[in-house]
Amino acid sequence: MKSTKKRMAFKRMKPYLPFYIMMLPGTIYLLINNYIPMAGLVVAFKKYSYAKGIWKSKWIGMDNFRIFFNTDMMKVIANTLGYNAVFIILSTVISVAVAILINDIKAEKMKKLFQTIFLVPHLISIVIIAYLAYAFLAGETGFLNNSILPLFGIEPITWYSTSKYWPFILTFVYLWKQFGYNAIIYYATIAGIDPTYYEAASVDGAGIWTKIRCITLPELKPTIITLTLMSIGRIFYSDFGLFYQVPMNSGSLIDATQTIDTYIYRGLINNSNIGMSSAACFVQSILGFILVLTSNWVVRKISKENALF
Amino acid sequence: MSKTSKIYQAVIYVIMFTLFVICVLPFALMIVGSFTAETSIIREGYSFTPSEWSLDSYKYLMSTNYNIMRSYIISACVTAFGTALSLAITVSLAYPLSREKMPGRNIFAFLVFFTMLFNGGLIPSYIMWTSAFHIKNTYAAYIFPNLLAKAFYIMMMRTYFTTSIPEAIIESGRVEGASEFQILFKLVLPLAKPILVTVGLLVGIGYWNDWQNGLYYVNESSRYSVQVLLNSMLKAVQATADMSLSELKGVNLPTNGARMACAFMGILPIVIIYPFTQKYIIKGITIGGVKG
Repeated sequence: MKSTKKRMAFKRMKPYLPFYIMMLPGTIYLLINNYIPMAGLVVAFKKYSYAKGIWKSKWIGMDNFRIFFNTDMMKVIANTLGYNAVFIILSTVISVAVAILINDIKAEKMKKLFQTIFLVPHLISIVIIAYLAYAFLAGETGFLNNSILPLFGIEPITWYSTSKYWPFILTFVYLWKQFGYNAIIYYATIAGIDPTYYEAASVDGAGIWTKIRCITLPELKPTIITLTLMSIGRIFYSDFGLFYQVPMNSGSLIDATQTIDTYIYRGLINNSNIGMSSAACFVQSILGFILVLTSNWVVRKISKENALF
Repeated sequence: MSKTSKIYQAVIYVIMFTLFVICVLPFALMIVGSFTAETSIIREGYSFTPSEWSLDSYKYLMSTNYNIMRSYIISACVTAFGTALSLAITVSLAYPLSREKMPGRNIFAFLVFFTMLFNGGLIPSYIMWTSAFHIKNTYAAYIFPNLLAKAFYIMMMRTYFTTSIPEAIIESGRVEGASEFQILFKLVLPLAKPILVTVGLLVGIGYWNDWQNGLYYVNESSRYSVQVLLNSMLKAVQATADMSLSELKGVNLPTNGARMACAFMGILPIVIIYPFTQKYIIKGITIGGVKG
């Protein structure tokens, strides 16, 4: 009985054999690149030694976490969550506004042009964005210190060692890089709204603002909710490049620029701290996973077709 | 057009052009800076209206140990090879996953999908790539970790195969006795060109822009890609900012102009291909956007 079942299954699979062969390299790659490191997270509970490797290193229970929790955890997590909260709110507001304005432009060519230009910052690597920021902020040769501040009679500012400015600088750079990308996504939704809604509203004498408030925003709501919840799902992750490269890894800015990702990397290159780093890495992966599942669950409740799964 | 809508259009254009300028201005400062004479930068800083122009920054880049041409070749090869390999792997997972009756399809789909929800993060990956695969200071370090197969692109392509390739075409291939590989290459892929171009561009830009693999795994300067070279120049500038003058002697610091010249060369390939390909890139963002 069992063997006939097996034979049946094999018979069903046989015509698909070429497909299984096709999937082999990709599957092996994912197992190596994605799945082995998941198992490797146990390193957070070990005293890692390069000579012994992850599996043979000694178990030390929660020691790595104790160090991480006692020293920097609150600051690092607060920075990560704080920046992400500000980023999510501001980028949603700005991108939705830009998308609505693009949609209301009459000339088709200009719609295209603005979308194309606004996406450019998103296509540039963050290392190069760090150079662009440097051209403005450098102490001796920066554009701000040489050409702008003197106009207002302000003394030059040593940007790369004054941490109080950095929450604003990083938020600005993030928005500069990201707004076009999000605006394009929102614009695609707006462009898909049935135009007869607007025509009917015009007949009823609705103004520009009424149309935005009563048609565009309600139609955008599912997209806004989905994108926001997806960002919340990634709230324990930060753009490593933004927080590491743009402040040029400056030590005096660490209070304002340290996030979980920069913390993990700095621990890794400073070999004695790899235990702390692996604990932070573990916390990030697990909390991140829980949050993705939760936010997806919420999306499903609100609008099922927008859920990730 | 009514008067209010004329005013509204004018307001939109004012806002849009302001954003336009904010987007473009930093690039302009960088480009002008790269063509400014070094003495002029030292005297008046990076400026949109320098008093003295010069090509010295580019000459400097070609002549010193910041070997930009070599890095360029490395970046170009990594991008070309990585993109080709990545497309091959993405197709070879996406196409079988689009075959609805394949036994075990859900298991494989879950295997791909789960990588979007959970990952091991930097530390375990770093340990694995360096100690099991000895990837440090190899060109493979630019290609294999993280970038080769992204679940997101696999799912995007699978959706395209299920929705845009008529089943009848595949069936006709089978009737004529073509093998599954022949069907894929001769019938399916030619029809899937738009999605191949879109994913290829997104992956290619990803490879060209990637600096993290270089930062983690490559520290031998003869193997620097453009992004890693830029990164190392940035580090040199930062490190010397804290040094005294006597320590500074003997440190080969890129000139102020050369930094901007190097950054400009880093974006050049993207700036050149973008106008011709923006349709595909924007398309890619809008198809995948919401679920990305």
